Amino acid sequence: MRPAHKFIRSIVLAVVFVFSMSGAVSAQANGEESSKFDPIELINGHVWDSHDFHILDWDGHPISMPLPIILWTDNGLTTFSSARFEHDNGANVVVAENGHEFVRYKEHIFYADKFDKAKFDEVSTVGRPFMYEDRPLDFSITKTVFSMLFVAFLLIVIFSISARHYKKNKKAPKGVTGFLEPVILFVRDEIAIPNIGTKYQKYMPLLLTIFFFIWLNNLVGLIPFFPFSGNVTGNIAFTLVMSVIVFLITILSGNKYYWKHILAPDVPKLIYPIMIPVEIIGMFTKPFALMVRLFANITAGHIIILSLVGLIFIFESAFVSPISIVFVLFMSVLELLVAALQAYVFTLLAALFIGQAVEEHH
Amino acid sequence: MTGTLAAVGAGIAVIGAGVGIGKIGSSAMDAMARQPEASAKIQTAMIIAAALIEGVALFAVVVALIA
Repeated sequence: MRPAHKFIRSIVLAVVFVFSMSGAVSAQANGEESSKFDPIELINGHVWDSHDFHILDWDGHPISMPLPIILWTDNGLTTFSSARFEHDNGANVVVAENGHEFVRYKEHIFYADKFDKAKFDEVSTVGRPFMYEDRPLDFSITKTVFSMLFVAFLLIVIFSISARHYKKNKKAPKGVTGFLEPVILFVRDEIAIPNIGTKYQKYMPLLLTIFFFIWLNNLVGLIPFFPFSGNVTGNIAFTLVMSVIVFLITILSGNKYYWKHILAPDVPKLIYPIMIPVEIIGMFTKPFALMVRLFANITAGHIIILSLVGLIFIFESAFVSPISIVFVLFMSVLELLVAALQAYVFTLLAALFIGQAVEEHH
Repeated sequence: MTGTLAAVGAGIAVIGAGVGIGKIGSSAMDAMARQPEASAKIQTAMIIAAALIEGVALFAVVVALIA
């Protein structure tokens, strides 16, 4: 078998094994109070953020890596390990530290004396991370933050290895660099140059970072086992920051023709009262769409995969598992495509907006 | 009741996305049949348009999730 075929075969086998494990890793014993499997609890546990990194369940006991909790209270910075909450998400365990007492309810940390379950339940899910009179400011290293730092570290390592290759020899690269070079050239020739034009060099680091960071975060969210399974791009705060960065760079690099198109377009003056508000709102809706598109695509993909895996537990039969695993495999491979595609679309639209901002008069 | 209504809303949004992406796919097929040498460009444009339409449909899914 030719080496290229062998390589492809090993990649396909790796993908099949890794994604088939999604079923095994999602198996959990929620045996204490209810023996009824709750698919919503499975989905919530994997898609939203959490203060410790759950690895697996052994013999009924959850094994997880405790992550540091960092809170800003009126007594200053308070840090402790999340192990002190002892896997409690029902506001039962009270942790006393640095003059305050804290409880954790559904992954939100509250002051023990100010926590009110009824008030929490009536605030909608959107408002729950806030409620700042009852909560300290939470800067913890959560699962998402840990994953993001891990991916950033991986990116630094991979790209340092590639960069060293170009310092050492001028021949065509092989290996990791050989894989990355066509992709980097793709970002330059298909995304940066057609959209930004002659001044693309200044923006290449930004576009490359956006593309590889989002792509690798998407991929890491798909792999179901330990250091990789954190869901970073499915967190709306992360995509919010990415689109705010793109928005700020568009505004800061806007030249006078860009502002002229927004504030004084070439239309009859009578339409100005409609055109200008529409243009200004358009300035904000474009990054907003970037944010929601990435968040919703990735979260929806994860929810679909988790629901298909949950089918096995809903039917409580091992015979459903071949069907379910095949579906999960299919959806996961589709999600691989979506991971790369969403990174490409985000980078493309970022380049488009920056190109509009730096466009010269024609 | 809000849960069911949210699910119905998400379903309607998915119909919109399905119709839109179906139309893109069909016109892409027509174009590729007329001019096979332009296939690669047409495919790229089709994928981009599909991703953008899917973004809009997923707005609706997000709203349904919040409800």
